Amino acid sequence: MVSELINANPVIYEKKERRVRSVPSAAADEYVVEPIDQQEIFDILSVYSYIKDPEHPYSLEELKVITEDAIEVDDGRGYVRVTFTPTVEHCSMATVIGLCLRVKLLRSLPSRYKVDIRVAPGSHATEAAVNKQLNDKERVAAALENPGLVDMVDECLSPSYE
Amino acid sequence: MELAKELREIQTLQGHTDRVWSLAWNPATGVAGIPLSFASCSGDKTVRIWEQNPSTSSWDCKAVLDETHTRTVRSCAWSPSGKLLATASFDATTAIWENVGGDYECVASLEGHENEVKSVCWNPSGSMLTTCGRDKTVWVWEVLPGNEFDCVSVLQGHTQDVKMVQWHPTRNLIFSCSYDNTVKIWADDGDDDDWACVQTLGETNNGHSSTVWALSFNASGDKMVTCSDDLTLKIWGSDDTKIPADGFSPWRHLCTLSGYHDRTIFSVHWSRDNIIASGAADDAIRFFVENDEQDGLVDGPSYKLLLRKENAHDMDINSVQWSPGEDQFLASAADDGTIKIWELTSDSC
Repeated sequence: MVSELINANPVIYEKKERRVRSVPSAAADEYVVEPIDQQEIFDILSVYSYIKDPEHPYSLEELKVITEDAIEVDDGRGYVRVTFTPTVEHCSMATVIGLCLRVKLLRSLPSRYKVDIRVAPGSHATEAAVNKQLNDKERVAAALENPGLVDMVDECLSPSYE
Repeated sequence: MELAKELREIQTLQGHTDRVWSLAWNPATGVAGIPLSFASCSGDKTVRIWEQNPSTSSWDCKAVLDETHTRTVRSCAWSPSGKLLATASFDATTAIWENVGGDYECVASLEGHENEVKSVCWNPSGSMLTTCGRDKTVWVWEVLPGNEFDCVSVLQGHTQDVKMVQWHPTRNLIFSCSYDNTVKIWADDGDDDDWACVQTLGETNNGHSSTVWALSFNASGDKMVTCSDDLTLKIWGSDDTKIPADGFSPWRHLCTLSGYHDRTIFSVHWSRDNIIASGAADDAIRFFVENDEQDGLVDGPSYKLLLRKENAHDMDINSVQWSPGEDQFLASAADDGTIKIWELTSDSC
């Protein structure tokens, strides 16, 4: 576990104004499958995911770790790529945040989806190493059998008391 | 005239409750009336034994090996006699199971790796066993009477976790591939189990630019194929026949097959009739053969796509393995928790 704050005074951003998603009219078939879009993925990842530290339980959105623009989704192909921005260049939490994003999508999306997670180009000192680790499914599987890491991920993904 | 090939799905096997990581055909089956059999291992911490029913030809689960490994079972391998099954687990141990008339008993547990064991294999005579794992090492074990296993050497050289180990089919050589993007070849100096790395196939000698997940040899052992996260397959060759039995002939890059998979290639297996099968995270299986219609200008052999099978599984394919025996089948294992049995048939058109 991280004992001291890595970034004690993070910049906090306004939450994004949500546009109203188009709801099918009453006449439309209620069983029509609505395609998964960028905003839906953003909501899955941002609203309910927090980096919990003892002092500031900020959401990934408030820290601008993820933005809607950084999510690419192709529902037809079943593909999502999330590009996140760690709060500081040497953030050792980057792999944990990336793991949280992957787990959240694993639990939320249909199993046919392929997911790539990466840090924004130039945003992290060991960018290539972090990206490689986050996309090696054997390492991810092994990490998710580690009770300490799973606790950390679950804590990150537990809804806050807004 | 070359016959067109068709891939026929024979059966889908369900039973595992998590992703199937790997499978291994029992090499002593499929001949002399012994029904074909294989083992599969999974994220559900179990190993399953499957066997073909001689009268119905369908595959059934004959045994579930559980309550031994406490984490994912990543890899499994039969001894050449088919009597012993070795299973490597993320729980840092390798278990040895003895097959007594269809009942499997865990007769040994090999401890020593610091953490996840990722691959296990036997040498061609069954006198040695090799394991590798996240601790960046390759362990060589001697098989002693009474199901005793003695670690004779720990090979250090890889800079990251070692994904897979394989023995050469005829030479006393161990091949290991790794998250550090290289393949290393280890040779025994003959005397006192002193193994040393004799060659590293890396990006500087036309090797892979990302994790190397698996490798496989052709039947004669003078060619090898490797597959990688860089989305390519590479064919390597060695002038094995031109050197003395105790010499080493370096391996060189022959060709690269790219553009056939668009996500990580996890598994590759070379059949005894020279068909290379590959399985990847794009849910597809591909088959390649040597291109015998060369124009003479190409230096060395080239390979061509024989067949592509999209959506072979609903999720990532982790392992593809050709069966032994008279009738050759291909088995594939995937993240969707299933195993599929396929037959590559010659189409008469």
